[in-house]
Amino acid sequence: MSDAITLTGPYKTAEAKGKPRSLRTLVSIRRYASPIVLVCLWQAACSLGLLSTRLVASPLQIAVTGWTLVRDGTLPFNLGVSLLRAGSGLGLAISFGVTLALISGLSRIGEDVVDAPLQVLRTLPALALVPLFILWFGIGETPKILLVALGATFPIYLNLHKGIRSIDPKLVEMASTLGLSRWQTIRDVFLPGALPDFLTGLRYAVGVSWLMLVVAEQVNAESGIGHMMMDAQDFLRTDIILVGLLVYGVLGLISDQIVRFLESALLSWRPDGRKGRTA
Amino acid sequence: MTHTHSEAHPGTAVIVEQLTRRFNNGPPVLDGLDLAIAPGEFVALLGHSGSGKSTLLRTLAGLDPVTDGAVTRPREVSVVFQEHRLLPWKRVWKNVVLGQEDKGIRHRAETVLEEVGLSHRSNAWPLTLSGGEAQRAALARALVREPAFLMLDEPFAALDALTRLKMQQLVADLWKKHGCAVLLVTHDVDEALLLADRAVVLERGRIRVDVPITIPRPRRHSDPGFDALRSLLLDALGVHAA
Repeated sequence: MSDAITLTGPYKTAEAKGKPRSLRTLVSIRRYASPIVLVCLWQAACSLGLLSTRLVASPLQIAVTGWTLVRDGTLPFNLGVSLLRAGSGLGLAISFGVTLALISGLSRIGEDVVDAPLQVLRTLPALALVPLFILWFGIGETPKILLVALGATFPIYLNLHKGIRSIDPKLVEMASTLGLSRWQTIRDVFLPGALPDFLTGLRYAVGVSWLMLVVAEQVNAESGIGHMMMDAQDFLRTDIILVGLLVYGVLGLISDQIVRFLESALLSWRPDGRKGRTA
Repeated sequence: MTHTHSEAHPGTAVIVEQLTRRFNNGPPVLDGLDLAIAPGEFVALLGHSGSGKSTLLRTLAGLDPVTDGAVTRPREVSVVFQEHRLLPWKRVWKNVVLGQEDKGIRHRAETVLEEVGLSHRSNAWPLTLSGGEAQRAALARALVREPAFLMLDEPFAALDALTRLKMQQLVADLWKKHGCAVLLVTHDVDEALLLADRAVVLERGRIRVDVPITIPRPRRHSDPGFDALRSLLLDALGVHAA
């Protein structure tokens, strides 16, 4: 039987099932091992004096400082201020972006009026507007929130606009043969059809919000995580700066998870293979 | 020349008079077409691609305007397209009653899904349906509106041969039950012979052949009475059977 072949997978199910539990735990631990080892090396280098604490604080020191900042209320207060700024900015961005995208997505005249200026504006790096914003709005909360809103509006607008424009015209035709009103068509066809693109835009917008916030808070602020870090710079407190970085990182991670959760909750109609692949 | 979409008077479901349509001053896609469909009559419309049958159907469905000629049709019409055109983000039963907002829509949806043999999938997402199931759902969506005139635009063209046979049987049963006038656009001569009271062959926007199909129902593909009509229709379509 020289021309017969047997096709088998690399693993046989029976063997995989028979794998001892301890071995599988080991495999899952292996993923976390490398970062843990790196942190240990970092700690060792600091303890042995190989790394100057003026350049970078040790992990232990960061943990202690973090805990102190939590206990004396500095971190919760500044975190609250930052979250409020990012949240209000993002909220404004969503309302601007959605309104503009609906205007330009649902009517040709709207597209001519809205889309062209936005396409021009979007090529400007938003951060280059910082000096202008300070001149216009001073140094209070307004320029910071508006800067976040400005940066985050574009991903929302661009993605939602694309989503509305790429709705299958056959579905719209079908809605018209069923006698749906314009409003029913928008509610049942355009909006849900554009939702996946909107959520993609939202994920980018969340990322941009943090970026804009970091800059806004470091340029001119009296509170917020960015201000806390700039203050620490004056006193060579690398530990506080690193705590700030850590907080930004965790915030980014959490907000990304929230949007992912929204995607899987709102887009349950998609077949499994396409879920969470909108990025 | 009148330019109207008006209500039918009793006795006729659909009247098309001198309907002419051309795009960008090209040759006419529909050329002074006259067609009448009686209430409850099942008409099959055959023709090559570009013969104008899709344009006629789109005009009757109200998707294309009447620019030259007159069209009279009932107010309650439904269309089933070649693609199911279900909204992927609404469950099957919500697709069926799309645009209807009174109480009791759920019950109506379940009833009509039962009729098309899809009640077990009523809560499914459309993207999880097979081709045949999706087309059944599209039929249910058309029927739930109790149309006086049902248009089917090559509804089975994308289905596999076995599913197509089942769907043809289903359409025959549903038509018998609902008694609406039907216009079936198809490429398939056998499908026309199996289902229709009358076959109309369209060529360059005009009716080339309009023959009644008087073979008693229920019909079978193997019926010997089909042969003569099949040759006649194939001949009209320019296909010469051996």
